[in-house]
Amino acid sequence: MTTTRLQTDKLFQYLLRLADSNLILSQRLCEMCGSAPSLEEELAISNVSLDLIGQARNWYEYASELDVLGRSADHLAFRRDSHEFYNLLLVEQHNGNYADTITRQFFFDAWHLTILEALQDSTDARIKGIAGKAVKEASYHLRRSSQWMIRLGDGTPFSHDKIQASVDQLWRFTGELLTLDDIEISLQKKGIIPSASMVSQLWKHTVESVLKKATLKLPDYNAWMYLGGKQGEHTEHLGFILAEMQYLQRAYPDAKVW
Amino acid sequence: MQKFGRPNAKSLIESPFLTQVLVTDVQGDLNYDPVYDDETIWQLLSDVQDPEIPTVSVVDLGIVRSVRIEGKQVILGVTPTYSGCPATELINDLIREALTFAGYHSIKINQLLSPAWTTDFITQTGKDKLKRFGIAPPKGSVNKASLIDRDIECPHCASVHTHILSEFGSTACKALYQCDSCREAFDYFKCI
Repeated sequence: MTTTRLQTDKLFQYLLRLADSNLILSQRLCEMCGSAPSLEEELAISNVSLDLIGQARNWYEYASELDVLGRSADHLAFRRDSHEFYNLLLVEQHNGNYADTITRQFFFDAWHLTILEALQDSTDARIKGIAGKAVKEASYHLRRSSQWMIRLGDGTPFSHDKIQASVDQLWRFTGELLTLDDIEISLQKKGIIPSASMVSQLWKHTVESVLKKATLKLPDYNAWMYLGGKQGEHTEHLGFILAEMQYLQRAYPDAKVW
Repeated sequence: MQKFGRPNAKSLIESPFLTQVLVTDVQGDLNYDPVYDDETIWQLLSDVQDPEIPTVSVVDLGIVRSVRIEGKQVILGVTPTYSGCPATELINDLIREALTFAGYHSIKINQLLSPAWTTDFITQTGKDKLKRFGIAPPKGSVNKASLIDRDIECPHCASVHTHILSEFGSTACKALYQCDSCREAFDYFKCI
């Protein structure tokens, strides 16, 4: 009984990681709604954001069913504090210039697609179903962000230098994408989630081939990496994101009509 | 209530005036016992239009996956197109509205995640209707889809000399293309 309980808690925790990463990135992208560099980009960013939030909802709904406290999907998204958020540090970084936005997206998309493809073979049927739907959307996202990496990297010297700076700057948050903690290792042993080596290998393959086409320099894999997002330890940015995102739900908790 | 115009589907279903509407406007339907068979339901659903592409029905788009009748309950299996499709709830409401007005009072809608919706679910009629509406239908099938959708046919002049303007169009399910022959910009329903 206790073992089952612990296993469920781990799965709950993992689902929140997936959901939170999607939600926070989507909130970040939404900040650009109305201020993207061009109309086409505005549409693209809002639509990527919409896909991410839809997927987040699917993960939150599943998490909600496993929650010992019985919180609803909305409650999980809008009524938890930053130390209870388990998103990747990468996604909470600010939009910066457009090269920063694209690089963050590219690193995330390369990871996201790998994870979702692998989750399609999960031993958990529900995860399998949600991933099967999301994977098509994620492959489209990666296609778009890869094209931008190449266009900016292999563009003018100015755009090249700018996006190289973004790659170097955001690199320190990528280590978290490729390592598993105890919770994840235990789920991996049950065949629920993929192994670190598989994710790492595929992610590196995508990143290396795109950076090469983009004539960009690949940073050092052994560089110092920031960890902790998945365990609830965040950079200073998350609190500000939540303050804006959760304001209404916290000001009027349990409101039935907005 | 009338002075506010026709209530939308959601307000009609959740509205405290629901009983009032039914009693005064469609009282007959309350006593009317409709035919409980699959074919009739499919027929009714083929008149429910997608709110974002109002010439194509939810059946044409392959959003309704199954219809089952248990006693006097209608059980539907419905799949959203994209995970974040904002029309998902509205579509459910429109389906409920159509069936309620036809006299079915017990309707259960199950959201299906798998098999995941694909553009292969769109019927040929659906594809023809999309084209007439000015949206290029998805090209080929998902299994054969190339990474980049090439030679998309312009829905206005049928030329295949077209190019992509933006990976995303007016909704997540569409991309924006332009025809090099007639210069018209058009939406392309992406193959997923």
